[in-house]
Amino acid sequence: MPILLAFQSFLAAIGAAVLGLCATTGSLAIFTGASVMHVFRPPWYPAEIGRQLLRIGYFSLPVVGLTAFFTGAALALQIYTGGARFNAEAVVPSIVAIGMVRELGPVLGGLMVAGRVSASIAAELGTMRVTEQIDALTTLSTNPYKYLVAPRLMAATLAMPVLAFVGDIIGIMGGYVVGTARLGFNPGAYINNTWNFLTFEDISSGLVKAAVFGFIIALMGCYQGYHSGRGAQGVGRATTNAVVSASILILASNYILNEMFFAS
Amino acid sequence: MTGVTDIPRIEMRGVKKAFGSKRVLEGVDLTVAKGESLVIIGGSGTGKSVSIKTIIGLIEPDEGDILIDGKSILGARGSSRDALLSRFGMLFQGGALFDSMPVWRNISFRLLQGRNRLSADDARDLAIEKLRRCGLGPETADLFPAELSGGMQKRVGLARAIAAEPEIMFFDEPTAGLDPIMATVINQLIRQVVSEMGATAITITHDMRSVVEIADQVAMIHQGCVQWHGPVSDVENSGEPHMDQFIHGREDGPIEAVR
Repeated sequence: MPILLAFQSFLAAIGAAVLGLCATTGSLAIFTGASVMHVFRPPWYPAEIGRQLLRIGYFSLPVVGLTAFFTGAALALQIYTGGARFNAEAVVPSIVAIGMVRELGPVLGGLMVAGRVSASIAAELGTMRVTEQIDALTTLSTNPYKYLVAPRLMAATLAMPVLAFVGDIIGIMGGYVVGTARLGFNPGAYINNTWNFLTFEDISSGLVKAAVFGFIIALMGCYQGYHSGRGAQGVGRATTNAVVSASILILASNYILNEMFFAS
Repeated sequence: MTGVTDIPRIEMRGVKKAFGSKRVLEGVDLTVAKGESLVIIGGSGTGKSVSIKTIIGLIEPDEGDILIDGKSILGARGSSRDALLSRFGMLFQGGALFDSMPVWRNISFRLLQGRNRLSADDARDLAIEKLRRCGLGPETADLFPAELSGGMQKRVGLARAIAAEPEIMFFDEPTAGLDPIMATVINQLIRQVVSEMGATAITITHDMRSVVEIADQVAMIHQGCVQWHGPVSDVENSGEPHMDQFIHGREDGPIEAVR
């Protein structure tokens, strides 16, 4: 009998986990649908959108720029030493460029912004939930989805491609600095190789990916913050969940987007 | 009481609400006449806040109906809900001031939205006037909520609640955490704005001094039901054991001290 009871408990735990997952997925889907609907329906709050563009976009530039620079620099070193095994050192500019533009610029930029912005949004909305500020918004005839969620979604979706583009340029510069100062590449040849190798599709696919990542970052921050539990612990958990879920979704959606863009 | 009509301004009919297995409201029936100030008392966790949040629409009841001026408001969406909310004003227990904006923007927040929004200058002037009415000087207008004391935050919250001169006002524990002098100031302010504006008000409190200073009518909620409802003058002689125990703060009685 104890074995049977233990087996029942085991099955119950699995069932509870599956039900919890289904409930969260449903809740997230409803939240996403409502949020997107409010992005397209007036009233809009331009001042709030501008404020979020500044917070999410402008103030993330140093983090994204530094990440991109060192990633480009490290990539150049790695490609050079790896390429040397089959006498292909000359591919450094091309591989750095395509690696940054297609993959590392948007993904690493996205992950860095997820850590910075998703956490900040979740903490802000979570605190607003705990201190009844979100309820207060409702009583003041203001829809929290329109005032809090939609501006953040719009700002992150618009700002992330710009951040990724700037990150691409700085990342390629990082490769250029290492390539010319450390690996002996000719500066003009390095730039020519980079410029001639990249196609419009390489750049645009990276920017589309960045826009999707921006949407995910803001969505997870808003969702976790909006549904934050009570007290400091609840807000802390919302912040952690926002960063973890945004990061996982960025990596998962990155694979799906790569399949869509490049599989053929 | 002023302007009392046959149709109550606010009516709750058999309102029930549970959160998971915890049943908070078990059939609340309550009426508030136009221009009347009702104070709801009761122990912690008995469903007082949930009751007013169901009226405002922040919480959807599981059963029952809520009527404003005889019309059900459950299921109100879009413009009809906006119109309804524009008639409400609420002072939250913790103030719930938006800490990202200065005091004057908090107060005139509602008036800065929508088609008929005020200009920033007019909104600021109005906020300063409401601050003055709540006993705060114009220098408070440019401070942020984090720079205010608890009593000042309550008064700013009150100024925000009355800024658009709503017909129906809700005050959730307006004197909680305040010293006795500040509590009296807040009680008098509430009584004053309710009387002057002719608004209908529901106040939640544990503070018996607030009951005396604010209420026309008093309702006691216990275990999710209204145990007693009557005029404030009858509170001392209600003859209802829950009520007697609560207002005298006795440990012995039908209300369990350890809940």
